[in-house]
Amino acid sequence: MSKQTIIELKGIAKQYVMGSESFYALDHIDLDIYLNDYIAIVGSSGSGKSTLMNLLGCLDYPTNGEYKLKGTDVATLDENHLAGIRNQEIGFIFQNFNLLPRASALQNVMQPLIYRGLPLAERKRRAENALTMVGLQDRMTHVPNQLSGGQRQRVAIARALVTEPAILLADEPTGNLDSTTTIEIMALFDQLHADGQTLIIVTHEQEIAERCHRVVTLKDGHLMSDQLNQPQASSPSLEVNAGV
Amino acid sequence: MQVSSVKFKLVEGTRSAGQSIFAHGFRSFLTTLGIIIGVASVIAVVSVVQGFSANITQQFDGMGTNVINIESFTPRKERLQGVRAKLTYNDYLQIKYKIAGISNVTPTVRMWGSNAGITYRGQTSSSMIVGTASTYQKLNTVYPERGRFFNASDDQSRRRVAVLGPSIMSKLDIKGDPIGQHVGVSGEWFKVIGIAEKRGKLFGFDQDDFILLPFSTTRALLGGAEEPDIIISFQVNEPSQLDQVKQQVKNLLRRNHKLDQDANDDFEIATADQMLDTFDKIIGSTTLVLGGIVGISLLVGGIGIMNIMLVSVTERTREIGIQKALGATRFDILLQFLIEAVFLCLLGGLLGLILGFGAGSLISNLTGLPSATVPLWAVILSFGFSAGIGLIFGIIPAAKAANLDPIDALRYE
Ligand SMILES: Nc1ncnc2c1ncn2[C@@H]1O[C@H](COP(=O)(O)OP(=O)(O)OP(=O)(O)O)[C@@H](O)[C@H]1O
Ligand SMILES: [Mg+2]
Repeated sequence: MSKQTIIELKGIAKQYVMGSESFYALDHIDLDIYLNDYIAIVGSSGSGKSTLMNLLGCLDYPTNGEYKLKGTDVATLDENHLAGIRNQEIGFIFQNFNLLPRASALQNVMQPLIYRGLPLAERKRRAENALTMVGLQDRMTHVPNQLSGGQRQRVAIARALVTEPAILLADEPTGNLDSTTTIEIMALFDQLHADGQTLIIVTHEQEIAERCHRVVTLKDGHLMSDQLNQPQASSPSLEVNAGV
Repeated sequence: MQVSSVKFKLVEGTRSAGQSIFAHGFRSFLTTLGIIIGVASVIAVVSVVQGFSANITQQFDGMGTNVINIESFTPRKERLQGVRAKLTYNDYLQIKYKIAGISNVTPTVRMWGSNAGITYRGQTSSSMIVGTASTYQKLNTVYPERGRFFNASDDQSRRRVAVLGPSIMSKLDIKGDPIGQHVGVSGEWFKVIGIAEKRGKLFGFDQDDFILLPFSTTRALLGGAEEPDIIISFQVNEPSQLDQVKQQVKNLLRRNHKLDQDANDDFEIATADQMLDTFDKIIGSTTLVLGGIVGISLLVGGIGIMNIMLVSVTERTREIGIQKALGATRFDILLQFLIEAVFLCLLGGLLGLILGFGAGSLISNLTGLPSATVPLWAVILSFGFSAGIGLIFGIIPAAKAANLDPIDALRYE
């Protein structure tokens, strides 16, 4: 099986300095991600999952280490290139949705397509498709505070998918969804993976981690384990202690 | 960067600026209030001044640009000593017959004061009495609204005929057709043969409050006691000879008045052009001073815009972070906020324009000044200035927004 590397992390560290104290939210992590990977990132709260996602999404910069995206060292890119990567390569689903509060669901989903230079009609067509895909075809004109938590989550998912990114980064994408919707969304992710999409999903939920093909576990900024899942089989090492 | 992509960004920027301005309608209004007031005051002032000046220019035009007016002139000092310079009928004759290349030479005498009452059926009016020749009509292009102007024969035969300014009609309470009726001037009866066109008010001065009588009749009326001081007006046939004619008239009058070599002229020769020039200068400097004051108020308005835009950038930090996470470049964000500032200022400019014109019209109506007009240059200048203010004062907030770090902006609470 030939695997094409899409992301290479070497000795990635993120250090936060607060006054006299400093600590590593990510402590020198090495990780390779391949094309069409379906990865769950698990770990207790505060273990650095979101920090890692922000680095992968080119929203934040590592203190140390090298991040290569499709062979290019991200550190060498200027702001405009990074903006291009965020727009073209990355679809980011935030833990707290990060929807534009004054824009309707449709406008939110259309937003990234503006930076791609697509004309209005085309933006609208694609955004409507994406919203239909997540089951929100009858909520397009609602602004975020007229939507339930689960609906906002789905708008965020539609917005990440609408650009057909190379890599989909999802930080707790099902955290606000009921079990039925969770199953629907996971079915959607499965489908995307089957179509060749690379997905990286942060989750607390064991069922979701089990569904992924590879599970990366973080603890206090360290990479504890990186295992391939046996489909339909659960491994004790993947138990997530949600209480901590 | 490609032109098409900049154009696309401008269109999208304008769209989003419009959305965000109208989403906070009242706040946007308050933000741009300084600009609204600034532009409104420019337009109000300019429209009044321009309306005024257009009206005056029109009057001078009516007078003809190659018309020369000569009036007697007594310096202040001599006037205090009781000396009074005078232009006489003889001066008029000399000019008329000795100067070549001029026409419609017109003597005019004005009567004021208590003996100058005009009466009609018990009503009295102290309107200005103007005695002038029939050429006055051609020189000043006045047309009778009704009836006719007097002709050379009226003048020669000292007929007691009069042309009334329209204001006198109401002052004397003349009812029915005034033509053919008689009004009394200094105890003599004059037959009304015409009513002059209405000219309106200038500097609050009613220009229609006069009675025109033939010159010779007026002279007789004044009696032989003293030669009246007259005004001599004429038209120069060739505008290019204006200066030459002026010089000839000057020499002639100086000789006539037996002035020494070093004595000052005891008369003033004025052309309509000259008066227009002086007037234009006054209007110009007034406009400049007012413009300066208004410029300062626009500056203050601009600072207001900058202030609110800075607050708005801070308030929208998270939104900016989200936009950046979705792929917005620095330029996208910069443009978005700049367009918003310019858009806001232009809207303010538009509102100010409407408001200012309204205020100008109101002022003109209330004070009886000529109606306000807004020249195109003032409109363009206001919009240009507004847009400029938006650009200049929008750049700092826009740069602040554009330079936000995506992750910091996303984390901003
Ligand atoms: N800007 C920051 N400054 C200082 N410390 C930070 C900052 N951002 C994150 N941290 C710290 O880094 C650690 C990792 O945070 P991170 O958000 O990655 O956790 P997480 O694994 O996503 O947790 P959760 O499951 O609760 O979302 C935490 O201890 C957090 O307090
Ligand atoms: Mg997190």
